This record gives sequence, structure tokens and C-alpha cells, in this order.
Amino acid sequence: MSDIATTTDAELMEGPAFVRGQPLAPLPPPIKEGGAVGWMRKNLFSGVLNIALTIVCAALIVWIVPPLIKFLVIDAVWNGSGRADCLQQPGQPEIGACWAYVFDKISFFTYGFYPIGERWRVDVFFALLTIGVGWMAWLNAPRRDICMIYFFIVLPAASLILLLGWPPIGLPKVATTQWGGVLVTVVVASVGIVFSLPIGIVLALGRRSKMPAVRLFSVMFIEFVRGVPLITVLFMASVMLPLFVPDTWSPDKLLRALVGVSLFAAAYMAEVVRAGLQAIPKGQFEGAMAVGLGYWQTMRFIVLPQALKITIPNIVNTTIGLFKDTTLVFIVGIFDFLMTVEAGRGDPAWATPVTSTTGYAFAAIFYLVFCYGMSRYARFVEARLAAGDRR
Amino acid sequence: MKSFVVRAVLAGALAIAASAASAQTLNTIKQRGVLNCGSNGTLAGFGLPDSQGRWTGLDVDFCKALAAAIFNDVTKVKFVPLNTKDRFTALQSGEVDVLARNTTWTSSRDTSLGLNFSVVNYFDGQGFMVRKSLKLNSALELGDAAVCVQQGTTTELNLADYFRANKMKLKTVTFATATEALKAYDAGRCDAYTTDASGLAGERLRLAQIDDHIILPEIISKEPLGPAVRHGDDQWFDIVKWTHYAMVNAEELGITQANVDDQKKSDNPDIKRLLGTEGKHGEGLGLSDDWAYRIIKQVGNYGEAFERNVGQGSTLKIARGLNALWNKGGLQFAPSVR
Repeated sequence: MSDIATTTDAELMEGPAFVRGQPLAPLPPPIKEGGAVGWMRKNLFSGVLNIALTIVCAALIVWIVPPLIKFLVIDAVWNGSGRADCLQQPGQPEIGACWAYVFDKISFFTYGFYPIGERWRVDVFFALLTIGVGWMAWLNAPRRDICMIYFFIVLPAASLILLLGWPPIGLPKVATTQWGGVLVTVVVASVGIVFSLPIGIVLALGRRSKMPAVRLFSVMFIEFVRGVPLITVLFMASVMLPLFVPDTWSPDKLLRALVGVSLFAAAYMAEVVRAGLQAIPKGQFEGAMAVGLGYWQTMRFIVLPQALKITIPNIVNTTIGLFKDTTLVFIVGIFDFLMTVEAGRGDPAWATPVTSTTGYAFAAIFYLVFCYGMSRYARFVEARLAAGDRR
Repeated sequence: MKSFVVRAVLAGALAIAASAASAQTLNTIKQRGVLNCGSNGTLAGFGLPDSQGRWTGLDVDFCKALAAAIFNDVTKVKFVPLNTKDRFTALQSGEVDVLARNTTWTSSRDTSLGLNFSVVNYFDGQGFMVRKSLKLNSALELGDAAVCVQQGTTTELNLADYFRANKMKLKTVTFATATEALKAYDAGRCDAYTTDASGLAGERLRLAQIDDHIILPEIISKEPLGPAVRHGDDQWFDIVKWTHYAMVNAEELGITQANVDDQKKSDNPDIKRLLGTEGKHGEGLGLSDDWAYRIIKQVGNYGEAFERNVGQGSTLKIARGLNALWNKGGLQFAPSVR
């Protein structure tokens, strides 16, 4: 014991030859735990159930993805001027997607029957809308106050003048029956989305109101609208309404569909917002009252910011649902994007065994891009707003 | 009881619609400056937008002919795409002035919907398509054949009736949509595919090898397609009828879009009356006397419209068949202008 006690620090640092002066570099983890193999063992093959699921999924991918890529890309026809190019030929025994058909029809898919000379107006509308949405969506954007004015006042007014036309300033009128394609889908979806949220919030507040008349109205409206399918609403608006009012009173067909879609989406939005309101603890209301805030102040500064934040996933869910529901306007003879694809399918100039499939594949890609975009943006906003909840 | 209520509501609605319609349609159209034409929008050869969004088709040309007769301008027509569900309501409510949307003329439609069918601008009927390799020449040889058909349609009922009437054994393979039925036929699940003959011509183009298939000559049902107008305005009804008759008469007299100006100098009294160089034959219609000249000049005669949209000049290549002139073995017949 005493020899050790007398060993000095210096002696210890030098140490006897068998003592390592420097710490040893850590060994890599066992091959089964680290790297790709480890990741796979942990995530894909960690139990009997997981192994089974992994095998099933891998089989599905192998079964679906290669033929899909083969059809959409490898065997696809990119250039052509008619059906002959998308038919089986000696040099090309297997025919994939006929993208040449989509390229030929793209202006019809985008503008529908909009007069050819006036289509720049639709392009300007798309540009204005993109600026508006981009500005709104960029949370750190400069002058978001002007953005609100632009989005809710300037944009709708400008769009109305551009798309419908206004002869005094040299824009000939274009009836809404001539609109079609992506234009109609975008108009119906944006009007539906922009109107459904505010109306939905008002209805949700109304349903929780202490005033019986307001509450009764809100409950009746929500339950009635939720009790009928959207197709019925559109069909009634489009078919029955004109029978009961004179020709001149009967509103425009597209307008009828817009009102129908907006009110329908508002009823669903109201229930989504109400769920958020229910989730706010009573203490928040009481606290707000205790510091002397009135009803609207309580709602605006305390309750709604919290309620809307927790309902973002559901609001986006409803919005995406609405975007896809806009295709139902075809039932009243409005040529939305999907309907133009459907009409293009019938064109004998391009009728081949793959034309329909190509058209629908294109439509699927279009909806996927938009819906996935919305969903990703919502995730981003959610993460940002949740920053306060993280420690 | 329920159906009584529905009928009462409909009757009331029709009464309102009819009273609104008694106003002079022609004057309304002239004031509006544009003809509203109910069209299909998804049927090749009859009403379909092309890649530029311009309307094409036999029914579309009919509406253009009306616009030519009224305004002397084929662009003054607004096509309203309608589907099978809302087409009659759109006509009843005044949303469209004429419904030219390959609509089959039946007694119930003609009598109980508050509308009148004017003429038949296309005689359609159900036909069969089979593989050439089967070496069939007639639908009567289809006994024991498996037939692909869309379920829940009159097509399916006609098929059953035809096989029963001819004491043949029928094996149907039904599908929810026409597209699926055609795919199954193309894949060899059935020996024959049946739908309206005009549809067969278009559907055939979707097959992998067109030349391996033929359309049998038999037509097993009557599907007269024609434009319809509202009850209550006989003058407008006459204009629609005579627009078609003018086109048929022009074909019969050999007047075409190209030679109509030369024909104006013709001594043939029939031609003179039709083109308005003799007599006052536009007055009764509320149009000027050269109304038929304008139609032929801007749209052409019936044969030209037919060949351009569904016949040899189109991708569909449908033979004239029943739609040939009455003196060429068909059913297209028009009273004379005199």
C-alpha cells in the first residue's frame, strides 16, 4: 500500500510501460447494432410482426413500382401528333403512357373553353393568385398587413374583372360557361377554402353561444348541411332552383356551385373549429374574464389563437377534402379539370388503349402535387407554432 | 303517393316554365345576341371540344346552322355542356334555347317533359362489334356468344330482347362502365361488344388492333336522336325543324357549301325557293328569305356536316346507313320549300 501512496503524479503520467497514457479510441459498435444493418434490425426486423410487415411492403413495392415506372416513363410516348403515335408499332411492341396526348390537350385542360385570344387573362389570374398565396404562406414576409388587403380585397376584385371581363376597359365579357379545366378547379377550391374558414368559425362560435336563437340557427344549419350529400346540394342548386325562379333571377351556374360548395365546407369547418374550442380549458376563459376582456376580445386574443393552432391538422384535412370534392361540380355540367380530362378521353383523334389511363394518371399527379403541397405546408406551420410547447 | 307529390311539384314547375317560355324565343335570342345551345361535351362526333377548346360535332354544327339562320354568324352561339341528368331541366328552365345533345326521341320524353322533339338529325341504333377471326357476318349467328355490355342500361335490355326474340342463347358479361366492358372485350373475355352504333365507331378506336374487329350490319334497336325545344313557342319549333330540313334539301338538290353561290343563279325552282331568290319563304319563320342560303354557306348541307363530323372526313368513319337520303336508301327526308 505504501509504495502506491508514494507514487507521484509525474510517475503516474509516465507510468509503467503497460499503462496506456492516452485514452483508447472507442470501438465501433457491433455490426449488428450500428450502420445500415443496425438500422434495419431496429426498424424493419425487430420482431415477428415487423418482419412480416417488411416483407409484405417490400413485395408490394417490387410488385407496383417497376411496372408503374415502366408505364409512366420507360415505355411512354413523349412526342406525337395523333393516335397513330401512341399505338403499338413493330418498333415499339409495348406502349406506355401517351404523354404526347397530354401535351396536346394541356391548354384545354388548363383553360377549358376560354376564348383563345383571351387566355392571357387566365395566366395573369394564376400569376396574381400565386403571388397572393406565396405572400400569405411566407410567414416572415414583409408587410403582411398589405398582403391581407391584397389577398382579400385586391385579388378577388382583380380576378373578377380579369376573368369575367369588363367592356369599359376593353376586356370583352367571357361567360362562366366558357370557363373550364384547372381554372375552374382553382376558382372553386380557393373560393371554397377562403369562405369556409371564416363562416365556419362564426358558426362554431354560434353553436357554443349562450343566445338561443344564434345557437339554434347554427345547429340547424350545420346539422342540415352535414345531413345531405354535396351532390344533392349541387344538384338542387343547379336543377331545381331555375325551375322556381324566373330565368333572369336565376344566378349563374358557376356561382350557384360556388355558394353550394362554400356553405357545405363551412358546416364541416365549423365542427372542426368547435372541436378546438372544446379543447381550451375553462381556466382560459375565466382568466380572460378576470382581466376584464369582453367576449370578442377573449375570443380574438385568448381562445381562437389556441383553438385554431390545435386544429390545424383537421383544418388542413377538411381543406384537402374540399379541394378534391370540387370535382363533383361536374355533376352540374361544369367542366372542372377532371371533367376536361374526361372529355379529352373521348377525342377520336387521340383514342388509343392507353389514352384513358394516361389522362387519369395525369389527373392523379395533379391532385397529388397540390394535396401533398398543402399537407407539407401545414406540417411546417404546425412545427413553427408548436415551438412554444417545446422545452 | 310519393310519386303523386313528385308529379304535382313537377307539374307546377313545368307550368311556371311553360309560362316563361311562351315569350317569343326568337326575339329573346335576338335581343340577347347569342343562341344558347345545350350540348354534350364528351361525345365524339356529336359534341366534343377539341384540343383548343373549340366545339365540334354534328349536334354542334346544327346549333351553328341555327345561329347562321338567325344572326348570319356561326360564332353567335354559346354551348352549354349538359349531362344526361340536367339536360331536360336546362331546356325547361330556359337556360338553353335548344337541346341538341344526342337525345333519343321517345314517347314519354316527347309527351310528359314539356318539350317537343323537332326532327331526327341522326338515326342511331344498337349494334355489335366482333372479332374478324370469328368469321361472323350477321348478329343472328351470335347464339351462345359471350357479349360484353354495360349493366343497368337500355342497351342491356335490348340485347336480352333481341336474343329472346331470335331464340338464341345469350351469355352476357356485364360491367359498371362502358370503358371496363370494352377493356374486357379487348382482352378476349367476350366474343362481342354491344352499344349504340355511333358509340361503337368511337370505342373501336380504343382497341389495341382496330383492324381485327368488325361492326356487324344489324341494328337491333331504334335510337332516333334529335334536337328538342320547349313547349309553347311554335315559331321557334318551326325554325329548328326547318333548319334541319334546309340542310337535307340542300344535299338532295346538290347544293354544297362550295357551290352555293353558283347555285343561287340556278333556274331550278326548288333551288330558287330554298335559297330565297324566289318567293317569300323566310317570313313565316320570322327570318329573312335567304335564311337557308346562310346555313349552307356557313355550315354546309346535311351530308357535308355528317361526313365532316362522323363520316368519312372524320376519324369515326361511320357509314351513312339509315342517315342517307330517302332516295339513296336512308331515312333522311325533308318536305319541300314551297
